[in-house]
Amino acid sequence: MSAHVAPLSPASFETGPAVVVSNLVRSYGSRVVIEKLNLRIERGEFVALLGESGCGKTTLLRALAGLDSIQGGRIVAPRRPAVVFQEHRLLPWDSLWRNVSLGLQVPDARERAAEALTEVGLGDRLDDWPRNLSGGQAQRVALARALVQQPELLLLDEPFAALDALTRIRMHELVRELVANHQPGVLLVTHDVDEAIALADRILVMRNGAIAYEHRAARNASTPISRTELLRELGVNSHSIH
Amino acid sequence: MSNVELSGIDRTVIGADSAPSSQSSDNALAPAATKSRLGTRGLQLLSWLAPVVLVIIWEWLAQAGWLSPQVLPAPSKVIRTAFKLVTTGTLLNDLGVSLLRAAAGFVIGTAVGGGLGILVGFSRVAEALIDRSVQMIRAIPFLAALPLVIVWLGVGETQKIFLVALGVTFPIYINTVLGIRQVDPKLLELGRVQGLSSLQLIRRIILPGALPSILTGVRYALATAWLALVVAETIGAQSGIGFLAMDAREFLRTDVIVLTIVIYALIGVAADGIARVLERRLLAWHPNYGAAR
Repeated sequence: MSAHVAPLSPASFETGPAVVVSNLVRSYGSRVVIEKLNLRIERGEFVALLGESGCGKTTLLRALAGLDSIQGGRIVAPRRPAVVFQEHRLLPWDSLWRNVSLGLQVPDARERAAEALTEVGLGDRLDDWPRNLSGGQAQRVALARALVQQPELLLLDEPFAALDALTRIRMHELVRELVANHQPGVLLVTHDVDEAIALADRILVMRNGAIAYEHRAARNASTPISRTELLRELGVNSHSIH
Repeated sequence: MSNVELSGIDRTVIGADSAPSSQSSDNALAPAATKSRLGTRGLQLLSWLAPVVLVIIWEWLAQAGWLSPQVLPAPSKVIRTAFKLVTTGTLLNDLGVSLLRAAAGFVIGTAVGGGLGILVGFSRVAEALIDRSVQMIRAIPFLAALPLVIVWLGVGETQKIFLVALGVTFPIYINTVLGIRQVDPKLLELGRVQGLSSLQLIRRIILPGALPSILTGVRYALATAWLALVVAETIGAQSGIGFLAMDAREFLRTDVIVLTIVIYALIGVAADGIARVLERRLLAWHPNYGAAR
């Protein structure tokens, strides 16, 4: 798919990290968007990437997905990552199960798609059309399509940004459950601080193409991640809010 | 959810008869308000009223002697002529010949237009090589090429099929290229993320995405095919509907001429119907075409 994503050796396949990024450089012409970035995500680890618009977080995700070429450094991943975009990107001309099994090279594709759809609570809609789905349902199908690939690395590009608040909370629960069951490494790009706190084991804040801040407190740890601190890192002075 | 909201708005608009200007400005609500009084069926019946009345007036004028049969025979006379021609066998035979010509030309034109369209849609090099020439030829009204086509091919079957194919090629070509180019780049990106091969990308994403546009091309092509056939058959044909009309002109058989015109119209309607059925079946997923579920 993308020449710069080198596969890991079989030995490290079982236990190794979901992705290792070293000295990544990404530039558009002379404008450097990502400057010597290092990042390692373990399997089963949920990493949230926060940052203002234009800080390079989506650029990083696209590079990891193999959608854009990189100008320096290395991205080492065991296999092709799965991606869920902000828009569901379902093929309107294919039934839900055909959508979920898109790119799946197995004889029992329909059964596998059915399992994945059941996992996201849409197991009775196999032959339905995408146009009959609500925004949240469509995004659940997109999640099923990503997970059916059994990815080592799951990239989420603001997948809940377009959903209403209640649906978003339900999606958070679903994602937490799915990640616990499948144990992929996850990189969630978001600009929602609360979403990051709710889901992530580790929160990164990106600024000017580099990781400027890292918080490694698990969400079930005794010391919760400080929202104020995160907002300060994102350039929001919380005193001015209250 | 949205249905409930809509009907709520509906009611307020109907109730608020004090503001007719706001009602006329909102096009979406006006038909819904009318529907509640007449019903879809009633409107459908009403739409047939004018043509039926026109035919009755026509018949009456002819019966009363106001219309000379040389100018315009009565509809009943045309129908009687149709029966007579069917029973003597020539009409069905001519109809078959005409349909065969149209079908042959349509298949050839679709193959050429679709083939070139796919090539140009996928390859920028092919576009650079082919597209400008095709666009230049397209600027010629294809019927203007008729004298040249006759010089090349004479007035036999080849000339007729060629002219139909020529008319069909361009709408198919243009809409195929357009359809392929209009496929959502975000879906193509998704295809890459899901690891599709180039062939799978074409089969699963590009062709289905281009299909609505291609079928629009087919519909245009059916109309042009028919037009091309009418023109081609009026020149030097020995059989076919056009020949029937030209032959009737020699003997001032206006009833036969009107009959052929009606047949051309009916086949045009049938062709459009086929295109609609195709769209309904192949685009069942599309909110603008598919039957309501």
